[in-house]
Amino acid sequence: MSKSSIAFSGTKDQEKQLKSFISAHKSDPGPLIMIMQEAQKIYGYLPEEVQRIISKELNIPMEKVYEVATFYAQFNLVPRGKYHISVCLGTACYVKGSGKILEAIEQQLKIKNGECTADRKFSLDSCRCLGACGLAPVMKVNEEVYGKLTPDMVPKILAEFK
Amino acid sequence: MTIEKLNQIKEKFAPIVEQRLHENIHPCKDGKRIISLCAGTGCQSSKSLVIKDKFIEVLKDRKALDKVTIVTTGCHGLCALGPIMQVYPEGIFYTGVKPEDVERIVDEHILGGNPVKDLVYSETIKGDKFVSVEDTNFFKKQKRIALQNCGIIDPEKIDEYIGTGGYQALYKVLTSMDPDSVIKEVLDSGLRGRGGAGFPTGKKWALARPNKADQKYVACNADEGDPGAFMDRSILEGDPHCILEAMAIAGYSIDATKGFIYVRAEYPIAVDRLNIAIAQAREYGLLGKNIFGTGFDFDIELRLGAGAFVCGEETALMASIEGKRGEPHARPPFPALKGLFDKPTVLNNVETYANIPKIINNGAKWFKSMGTPTSPGTKVFALGGKVHNVGLVEVPMGITLREVIEDIGGGIPGGKKFKAAQTGGPSGGCISAENLDVKIDYDNLTKIGSMMGSGGLIVMDETDCMVDIAKFYMTFIAEESCGKCTPCRIGTKRMLETLERITEGKGEEKDLVELEELAGYIKDNALCGLGQTAPNPILSTMKNFRKEYIEHIKEKKCSAGVCKKLLQYKIDADKCKGCTLCARNCPVNCITGTLKMPHVIDQSKCIKCGTCFTNCKFGAITKG
Repeated sequence: MSKSSIAFSGTKDQEKQLKSFISAHKSDPGPLIMIMQEAQKIYGYLPEEVQRIISKELNIPMEKVYEVATFYAQFNLVPRGKYHISVCLGTACYVKGSGKILEAIEQQLKIKNGECTADRKFSLDSCRCLGACGLAPVMKVNEEVYGKLTPDMVPKILAEFK
Repeated sequence: MTIEKLNQIKEKFAPIVEQRLHENIHPCKDGKRIISLCAGTGCQSSKSLVIKDKFIEVLKDRKALDKVTIVTTGCHGLCALGPIMQVYPEGIFYTGVKPEDVERIVDEHILGGNPVKDLVYSETIKGDKFVSVEDTNFFKKQKRIALQNCGIIDPEKIDEYIGTGGYQALYKVLTSMDPDSVIKEVLDSGLRGRGGAGFPTGKKWALARPNKADQKYVACNADEGDPGAFMDRSILEGDPHCILEAMAIAGYSIDATKGFIYVRAEYPIAVDRLNIAIAQAREYGLLGKNIFGTGFDFDIELRLGAGAFVCGEETALMASIEGKRGEPHARPPFPALKGLFDKPTVLNNVETYANIPKIINNGAKWFKSMGTPTSPGTKVFALGGKVHNVGLVEVPMGITLREVIEDIGGGIPGGKKFKAAQTGGPSGGCISAENLDVKIDYDNLTKIGSMMGSGGLIVMDETDCMVDIAKFYMTFIAEESCGKCTPCRIGTKRMLETLERITEGKGEEKDLVELEELAGYIKDNALCGLGQTAPNPILSTMKNFRKEYIEHIKEKKCSAGVCKKLLQYKIDADKCKGCTLCARNCPVNCITGTLKMPHVIDQSKCIKCGTCFTNCKFGAITKG
């Protein structure tokens, strides 16, 4: 497993929170994904250390946790930036030029799709459809949705997060 | 819950809900005005909740908060014009409301009685009069069955759903129909799966019914993964209880006591509303033990998807609910025999379920009276792309694509020419102009090389390159392929590489033959529906837009001006004024010329960034 370059800094409190969620849902049918989603909510991502806690608590091999963690787009094995930008590349947004929005952000932040800025302020990825096709092209910064975008709006929006 | 209590709630809330039906013209019974704001994902993204707070603030300031009822609803469909709000009893339809408009609406309309004309949806203004939004082009040809309550009721209030006749269908089946007659009713209605494949819903239930097991399951596929489609999201956000009721009905007919809804985590509002709805239904005893005192137990649990397109495939979805990698497995055994946790399971899509309570209440004959003989009923489409009225529409089957795009959608903006309509998402195909008058149903769409799919309908114009669109879908599929079977894992990747070559001007004629061969191989050998349909976007564009492929390969040209590497920017010497703006802005300094003299682009150095094209004030730079 490739290790993140960032040292794990989980707290005892977070571990307690995760363990209590696990013990409450351990006997639900097929609880693994649900527990991993909660773990990601608690820690912000799913580093090896967190996956090990889950594996131990559920008494399943680490490999079972890791194979699920790497299968789904939702799970991050490395931390994200303080502001996570997600540009929609669904069809409706794509035909309305979301590719150019992504390019504009890449240029502005000097990172590529899937990367994080050196100061960990911004991370960038693309997603497939937020269901807000009426506002295409759209992007999301953390939970905030920005619609009807044009490339020249990008610097102004990013400046909100300086 | 008893039927007496259910009817009591219905009687109390039906008049409240009826006040918000568009055709209502009578003053509200309590003398108040109603402000109904859309709080679907589209309108919330355009800040409808900020508008709501602003209304409360302004009304408080005017000491008029008690003169108004404010409700938040689900989606009306006209997402592009959001945020949308309506004021009753007049049924005035406001679009694009901004926080700074709120004071005017309150003062002039709510308190003054005169609608603010310049903020009203222009289509509803006819001279001095306002016409019902139902009579506008966008709504006129629609028929709302699955979306019946969306935009009307507050989805977070079970009482309002009951007010529309909600949970009466569940009572009816539990007390006066045996499971076989429920299945027969659904079978007779001719309802087909709205998730894409169009399998008869009643047949699916009938297959699961006789299979004995200690536990059976009903599942709902709300993992709307087709990019550009948001029908299911809108139903879940606007009318979540109808799904719960339908799942309970399905549970009763196949003898299942437990249901799972597998919903995308990318739909936080839908997830919240489902959670609220489930809690309310449990509190009312409409989910849980001994429903309506009939001895029937049924409960529902939510499971969040984790972002994998393949999980829309039924066996993959079930693996994911079980907490595993969402990899499909070969069928048989079909889920009707061995589904979730290896138990008999019925899995239907959200929109399919949304039709069930209406079929039970109104009968199979009523349902069959709409649509075409082989595809009865309606279909919800998420109309998107290059069309004026982007949004959600529900139309009777048998309507033509032209009616949907031109009449309801309002045609293509900017005077551009229609090129293609894409249906069925990454499993579907692109329909060309010559097939615009084909009547939409499952069989016709398959005949013209596309498919119904879940309901994404993306319109493309002359500035879209069909080879690029095929590449777009192939990129999606290659990324989303789960990797379990070789034809899909390797095959889609090879097809993508070929398309990449073609769009970069390195295509050869034999590529087309190879693409077709490979497509056939993947179709025949892939394990699941995702893989088997993966070549469709390529096949349909090669069939309907072959000329574009040939142009890319032979002439190394992209007429739509999309494929960057095939573009050439040229300066028209007659139009160029020699202002030097392009030369100064060119990032690679490939434009030369002296002041007031025509400039020239060195094609060997040009990186086709388009900066000169965007900056030229004289339209002297051409792209092509």
